[in-house]
Amino acid sequence: MNPILSLPFVGPLFSYDLWVIATASLVGALCGVLGCYLLLRRLSMLGDAISHAILPGLAGAFILSGSRDLVWMLLGAAVVGVLTGVLTAGLHRVAKIAEDASMGVVFTTLFALGVLLISFAARNVDLDPGCVLYGLLEFTPLDTVRILGLELPRVTATLAAAAIVVTVVLAALHKEIKLVAFDPALAAALGMRPTLVHFVMVALIAGVSVVSFESVGSILVVALLVTPAATAHLLTDRYARMMILATILGALSGGGGYLLAKHLDTSTAGCVCIVGAFFFLAAALFSPRHGVLSRLARHATLRLRICREDILGMLYRAAELRSRALSRDELTQGVGSTWLVDLALILLRRRGLVVTHDAAVRLTERGHIEARQFVGTHRLWESFLTARLGLPPDHVHAAAHKAEHFIPPAVREKLAQDVRATQPSTSPLTDPHGRQIPGP
Amino acid sequence: MSELLRLITLQDSNTRMVLLGTGALGLAAGVIGALAVLRRRALVGDALAHAALPGVCVAFLVFRERSLPLFLLGALVFGVLGVLTMNAIRRFTRIKEDAAIAIVLGSFFGLGIALSGIIQRLPSGNRAGLDGFLFGKAAGMVQADVTLIAASSALALFGVVALYKEFKLVGFDRAFAGSLGWRVSLLDLILMCLLAIVTVVGLPAVGVVLMAALLIIPGVTARFWTDRLAPHLALAGFFGMLSGLIGSALSAVLPAPESSLSRGFPTGPLIVLVAGSLFVLSLLFAPRRGLIARWRTARRLQQHIDDEHLLRDLYELQEANTPATLASLTARRTWRKGSLQSALRRALANADVSDRSAIFTLTDSGLTRAVRVIRSHRLWELYLHEHAGVAPDHVDRDADLIEHFITPELLAKFEAQLALGDGDALRTGAALGVPLSLHPPGSSTSEARP
Repeated sequence: MNPILSLPFVGPLFSYDLWVIATASLVGALCGVLGCYLLLRRLSMLGDAISHAILPGLAGAFILSGSRDLVWMLLGAAVVGVLTGVLTAGLHRVAKIAEDASMGVVFTTLFALGVLLISFAARNVDLDPGCVLYGLLEFTPLDTVRILGLELPRVTATLAAAAIVVTVVLAALHKEIKLVAFDPALAAALGMRPTLVHFVMVALIAGVSVVSFESVGSILVVALLVTPAATAHLLTDRYARMMILATILGALSGGGGYLLAKHLDTSTAGCVCIVGAFFFLAAALFSPRHGVLSRLARHATLRLRICREDILGMLYRAAELRSRALSRDELTQGVGSTWLVDLALILLRRRGLVVTHDAAVRLTERGHIEARQFVGTHRLWESFLTARLGLPPDHVHAAAHKAEHFIPPAVREKLAQDVRATQPSTSPLTDPHGRQIPGP
Repeated sequence: MSELLRLITLQDSNTRMVLLGTGALGLAAGVIGALAVLRRRALVGDALAHAALPGVCVAFLVFRERSLPLFLLGALVFGVLGVLTMNAIRRFTRIKEDAAIAIVLGSFFGLGIALSGIIQRLPSGNRAGLDGFLFGKAAGMVQADVTLIAASSALALFGVVALYKEFKLVGFDRAFAGSLGWRVSLLDLILMCLLAIVTVVGLPAVGVVLMAALLIIPGVTARFWTDRLAPHLALAGFFGMLSGLIGSALSAVLPAPESSLSRGFPTGPLIVLVAGSLFVLSLLFAPRRGLIARWRTARRLQQHIDDEHLLRDLYELQEANTPATLASLTARRTWRKGSLQSALRRALANADVSDRSAIFTLTDSGLTRAVRVIRSHRLWELYLHEHAGVAPDHVDRDADLIEHFITPELLAKFEAQLALGDGDALRTGAALGVPLSLHPPGSSTSEARP
């Protein structure tokens, strides 16, 4: 029988897999919520720097205390983590080195120091570099502690405690953190001590890095700190919502990563990164506001609307002048690309605004009413530009051609009143070219 | 001792290889890294080094062969792919550069780890060969590695020399380079490709993080020594090479920690620590830009200001017929701790001031200097009052700051503008050409600081 199944906590409720998923989700949620701050401060790589730089902190704490006790490890990591932040900011401020370069100098040197320290202490520490990089998420449920009579995986219990601390600090300092993230200068002016708040956050991140370290490895901490936060940043413009979304996305990456890893039978840490990156890709493409494809779709919809309205306007003018119909080629010449005109014509036909006979397009009765509106707006705007702004009549068409699509009915109403005031009240309204302005 | 001799005379072929390899790598990484730092892309090298991992795995999965050139090719492809992804994220989304770097780093590396997990399960694969890529084994360098490193470094250096003018302009003024019709993004991509080449060949030697160090630290270190690009690049290359050489030499000489699993002292970390030490030394001792030089400049300026304040105070006390004692001098302004005493000491040594039973008086040379300062002070006050319309009781503090920096030419201009040649408007004391104070000691505003 599988030895795992004989463990005491394995029951119907909390299977082995579920414990791992819970652990992975906790790491993801913790890193996700803290990453928002780094992302907004444009210090994303500080997560990378800290998670590497804490190595000498761990080694130093071990050498000084002689134990692998979590308290010592946390202490060493928090000290070196904050030191990384202080040194980075100090080099940037005092020695005028670019922030990213000073970060690079500090964390690589500290990491090298850590590797050396570990190679001295390697006899006593089972700090396997593979474990540092990849973590051993898969095996978390094997190492348990007894808390309040419950047998819990040690890492999960630690992470839960960290989650409580992080939640309390974030809730207590929410206003301060928010302001420091967006406008440190204003925060300072209000007496909030942005530097202190910053280092509280840095210490939290260092602490979470250590707690996450042994379960997921250092690189995963980097990925989880930034990717869910960046994904959330693409989905919302509000800070609180961003933090909640990043928490959820981090947790989903954690859980989903484990399932994927199980399916592919490979490293969980790697798969968590992949799932996180997948979420980011999806958000980058499909986010309603900031997604690339959504932006393209908005753009295309707008172009199509303008094309439809231009076709109606062309048909109306053609009807005014001589023929009642225009060919598809004539429309294409006037409006733009062929496929756009074809698509617009399909939509217009479906709404019953135009009909096609032998490749000749003409307006229906409803189409005529609809078209009157755009042509009317166009001519009102032309009249306004000449009468009120004093533009010469042969310069106003291009401007009106653009504006006609964006003038709402209320503004049109005002324009009509204004133009009426500049013309003799008995005759119908005319545009600068002498053509009649149709009513709505 | 004989071992040291063997090392210095390069008799040991293995040591010779390692020194050559790390030296060449340090040189190329320093030069390319300096350009990347200049473009504010210091951490791209770090991300690139991580992003190369899946390339190695894919190369292995495709060719089912453990061959260094194929690994490097895969790594290079994925490194460039990582750079392109970074650019795409920055270009097409609202995510900023720093987060784009971190996302590419994490995602690509995660992919690499997942792939290497799959490889490990293959009957033909075990991860050992791939892990070497992450942590580096400089001590195990052989002739072929060194040849490869030397060739790639030469290629990268050639690229920099050939495109020096272009990189220089793009580094300093991107917009101007664009307006000249240069393909700025293409030049950026070429630089990143050179960066990728150097990074990828360096990975097996020093590992991921330490490769990032070799790219960043020499470039930043060189910045302390020069303000010109060509010497900057040369110095960065020199520092990089020096780090490589000293680090490898130390690793060969130092006894291995008894606990260490590998033979010899780990080379990669030593190289980085040497680079870090060079950085700290430059940070402290570089002329002009170093912290000590800057601290000394600042201190000299502060002393100069204290000296001039002392002379002016002595003059004004004399003007008010008050004996200048330590107490009356102390009361005139907020001296920093001990600064009055040290200013007095310097003035006495300089024979600008004489000490007659604890009453200080200006000597002739001191008087000449004091007159210059006081003229600067009062003329500036007059100028502010008459030309800028500042109230007489508001001008003193400003003049206190500026008086030390007014050149004789400027002083002459003030005099001309304020028409002080005219006997009546002069309001001068004696024949020294000193205008009277706008706020004499008897008036409500005093020179003493609160």
